[in-house]
Amino acid sequence: MSSGIEYKTPATDWQTRAFWEGCGRQEIVLQRCRDCGAIQHRPRGLCASCLSSDIEHFVAKGTGEVHTFTLTQQNGMPAFRENCPYVLAYVELDEGPRLMTHIAGCPPDSVRIGMKVRAEFVATEGQLGVPRFVPA
Amino acid sequence: MTISGKIAVAGIYEHPTRFAPDKTDSLIMAECARGALEDAGLSLSDVDGLFSAGISMGPMGVVQLAEYLNIKPRHLDSTNIGGSSFVAHVSHAAAAIHAGLCEVALILYGSTAASNSMAIGTGMGSGGGNPDAAFVSPYGMTTVGSYALIAQRHMHLYGTRSEQLAEIAVATRQHAALNPNAKMQRPITIEDVLESRVISSPLHLLDCCIISDGGGAVVVTSLERARDLAQPPVILRGCGEAVCHQEIGAPDLLTIAAHQSGQNAFSMAGLSPQEVDFCTIYDSFTITLLATLENLGFCQPGEGGDFVSGGRIAPGGDLPINPDGGGLSSNHPGMRGIFLVIEAVRQLRGGLGPRQVSGAQIGLVHGTGGTLGTMHSGATLLLSKD
Ligand SMILES: [Zn+2]
Repeated sequence: MSSGIEYKTPATDWQTRAFWEGCGRQEIVLQRCRDCGAIQHRPRGLCASCLSSDIEHFVAKGTGEVHTFTLTQQNGMPAFRENCPYVLAYVELDEGPRLMTHIAGCPPDSVRIGMKVRAEFVATEGQLGVPRFVPA
Repeated sequence: MTISGKIAVAGIYEHPTRFAPDKTDSLIMAECARGALEDAGLSLSDVDGLFSAGISMGPMGVVQLAEYLNIKPRHLDSTNIGGSSFVAHVSHAAAAIHAGLCEVALILYGSTAASNSMAIGTGMGSGGGNPDAAFVSPYGMTTVGSYALIAQRHMHLYGTRSEQLAEIAVATRQHAALNPNAKMQRPITIEDVLESRVISSPLHLLDCCIISDGGGAVVVTSLERARDLAQPPVILRGCGEAVCHQEIGAPDLLTIAAHQSGQNAFSMAGLSPQEVDFCTIYDSFTITLLATLENLGFCQPGEGGDFVSGGRIAPGGDLPINPDGGGLSSNHPGMRGIFLVIEAVRQLRGGLGPRQVSGAQIGLVHGTGGTLGTMHSGATLLLSKD
């Protein structure tokens, strides 16, 4: 299970800080364009649908479903090598955007596409956090 | 103003090496340049356009390559869109030649990925990195994992089975057995694929391409000039490029870049999939080939599993794919696009003995670059005999 993986403090910049600070408060923060209404993730400095700079942030419900996943059995990188297997997944949030993430909190071989999940957060330095998902 | 039917591949060379610890990337490329120019009946001084990309190449890599080769081309193109780059280079070269920017374009790739022990497939992801990568890097997405996400989704939606993906690996190995230069020649069965260890579910070891050293070169020029050279020209009929990414909104993960690049190539050529005699398709993983076939229109979405079964893509099948043994069995030095072009040209020239696709008149080349599950490029060519 992915619980053994230690998350490093995410690298941030002004475009992405609101998301990672949200994770520090145990919230999934998404961006919405005030001009065209598009919701986007990953965050960026403007709206990738209409190029407007008028972006606002809002707190998402933090729930969604597994869109697809893979049980990673082999990764040579030191941070992951000892923690295989772990479940890498795309979770589709109820608000629409998909996040790449880990699925934890259940036996890896029980993960299914369509499974309802909710976000949990692993705190890192700087009062930030990294989200992963567990069965809802 | 179309370039269709006006540009040709006049020279090709595939480096026979699969392991070359004594060579550098530049040396492999230079040896390939020599081979392809000899093949075409041209010399280095004829080259006035240089095209290249690489994994270890810096941002000015094509300039360093010109220095290594001691040439001063009047047109440079270092487009790097991943492993498909060299397929795109053919259409870029065609456009440049058609526009009068160069006349003899040399496309090069070379790498010592294997002797450098490059962990291309299973060594990605870390905690840190840059702010853009921070949304992926904590999760340890390997290259295999990215493609596995697509395979899992395909299986879920369409009931595609591991046995069907395995058919691709088995057929490709059958092709490789007919190619003396292929790295992996021992026949395999569907059971062998299913019993090989899972790297990232649902993909097994034998669903994954190999890693080798190697390189290749392609010479492109006008059809008019190619007809005066040493080899029968292979004509560019159509081309297309596309990019696909999965981050904004909720795109269909199974609609890949090949959908758009294929439509553009078929439309330019005035051809349909039914008229294609064989394909060379980037087979980084079995799922890559299956998804590409669906997106190019050889079958409907979801029908790929049936389509590749029963020997259709194997030697002697209705649509042989990767008759050189592909990346799954012949060679894969990090980026493989150039070999897709080279094998298609070899087949269209003919005379390949046991692995010759009989009646090969029209070949389709499709390269995928990047990682299918996050962002990737596609480049398609339709090539024909003169
Ligand atoms: Zn907008």
